[in-house]
Amino acid sequence: MTAERLKKNSSWTAVYIIMIALVCFTALPLVYLVSTAFKPLSELYVFPPQFFVRNPTLKNFSDLMLALSSSAVPYTRYMYNSILITVITVVLTVIITSLAAYGLVKHSPPGSKTWFNIIVAALMVSPQVTQIPKYLVINELGLVNSYAAIIIPALASAYYFFLVKQFVEQLPNELIEAARIDGGGEMYIFWRIIMPMLKPAWVTMLIFCFVGTWNDYFSPLVYLNDQAMKTLPLALQTIGTGIGRAGAVSAATLLMTMPTIILFTISQRNVMQTMIHSGIKG
Amino acid sequence: MATATKRSKFGSFIRKNWIGYAMQAPYTILFIIFVLAPVLIAFIISLTDYNMFQDPNFVGFKNYELLMVDDTIFWTAVGNTLVYAVIVGPVGYFLSFFAAWVLNQLKFRNAFALAFYAPSITSGIAMSTVWLYFFSSDRYGLINNVLMNIGIINDPILWTQDPKTILPVIIIIAIWMSMGTGFLVFLAGLQNVDKSLYEAGAIDGVRSRFQELKYLTLPQMKPQLLFGAVNTITGAFGVFDIAISVAGLPSPNYAGHTIVAHLYDYGFIRFQMGYASAVAVVLFLITFIVGRVVMHALRE
Repeated sequence: MTAERLKKNSSWTAVYIIMIALVCFTALPLVYLVSTAFKPLSELYVFPPQFFVRNPTLKNFSDLMLALSSSAVPYTRYMYNSILITVITVVLTVIITSLAAYGLVKHSPPGSKTWFNIIVAALMVSPQVTQIPKYLVINELGLVNSYAAIIIPALASAYYFFLVKQFVEQLPNELIEAARIDGGGEMYIFWRIIMPMLKPAWVTMLIFCFVGTWNDYFSPLVYLNDQAMKTLPLALQTIGTGIGRAGAVSAATLLMTMPTIILFTISQRNVMQTMIHSGIKG
Repeated sequence: MATATKRSKFGSFIRKNWIGYAMQAPYTILFIIFVLAPVLIAFIISLTDYNMFQDPNFVGFKNYELLMVDDTIFWTAVGNTLVYAVIVGPVGYFLSFFAAWVLNQLKFRNAFALAFYAPSITSGIAMSTVWLYFFSSDRYGLINNVLMNIGIINDPILWTQDPKTILPVIIIIAIWMSMGTGFLVFLAGLQNVDKSLYEAGAIDGVRSRFQELKYLTLPQMKPQLLFGAVNTITGAFGVFDIAISVAGLPSPNYAGHTIVAHLYDYGFIRFQMGYASAVAVVLFLITFIVGRVVMHALRE
């Protein structure tokens, strides 16, 4: 082996070591989360603390359901709220955003270009900046303490619009024109031709929107007063207090985290395909 | 005659474009109501003493004056947010790029990608329960336990209560979650770089992988780098949920207080909307200016 080759190999070994260290850093808390959710009470409070579970049990999950079914708001109610809000938000976001992006790119009525520049500028406004006026608007519309207060404002995302718009630009015009010559109505073209071709883009939007809504802490905290309407991230904090709840908390944390990771795993290929087109042309 | 042609011109304009406008209408209306208008309204409210209970009075720049001159807690929040953003932003950004660049050359790319991306799709609130165990302040805490076993420390460190360690703990958790959109965008961008470019580069005398990265890959990925930067910056300056779930609100000695925590405190706990809007406008200006500067630097 030549000296140069050796040097090259050793630098790659260093890269691998860094990568493995990084994987450990990212994976350890998740491994711990899964492991703890199945720990029996005796292992949760043992000293010195154990990282891995020895005698796995499902008791934490049944505790979680029991502990909160006796309280005013059962855990399943929080789940229902989270699922309802997330599903409606995701479906409406996908439809409204895809339709607008398609209208802007392929119909391109006058003003579209300026409008798009405004949306790109809005990418730089962090959502927290507009929280107060948004609150006043929602208050004015009489939506406070309703699911709509969480759902409707979430539909106007510059970020998703940007992603989908970049993707729509790659679609060939010939297919759309051919469909028009065949006499397809505009909505027919949108649903039957555009949406199937846009699948990677809206699957990506679906994932991001699901993750964002599912994990959203700020909006439910601000807009929902009624305990029975609150979502899982808020519920997690109410379970958190009390001795003997550590097991239930880790079970709840796992239940809350799994859906996002599973969804992403299923749709990874679509996400990557969309991200290829996501750059901002400088 | 003249009005008739005008009307028919208008008519044909509508006939030609109404579908394009109609398709954009729902999104556009929502965007105006919940994004554009609020930015403008925030500016206006910040010039009043609005508090939800009484009619607002115009007070000029008094809120900004109070904020800048008298509110020492605000400056603590700005300081914390800047320290946080200056560390988490660049570290997250370069770590994401490095990870994506290395991954792109490895086998089992998708499995690795999932390992890196998974933390950022977990909920900050949910994962903070795990991290609070890692950083628990007694001997049961994992990190205290390990450090005491090795013999580095004798007494447990009060990670989430000691003002000295609160911000570092928040930063570590945030870096853990930082391989988000940027990472995916970079990975996708790398996969899309024209492979023939590398072959041409090899002929032109590009020797190492690092030279290849500098001269061939990075210029090709400018659009992805810009998009990643925008996401990183807005995320870094908007830090809120990790901070309050680790340290609480208010945190001990305001060591974990951020600009958004300050905004939340005045806006949604004390309902001093005018004052809180001034905080929001300052946050907006900081993010926007930093965004512009970084975009400009990246374009070079």
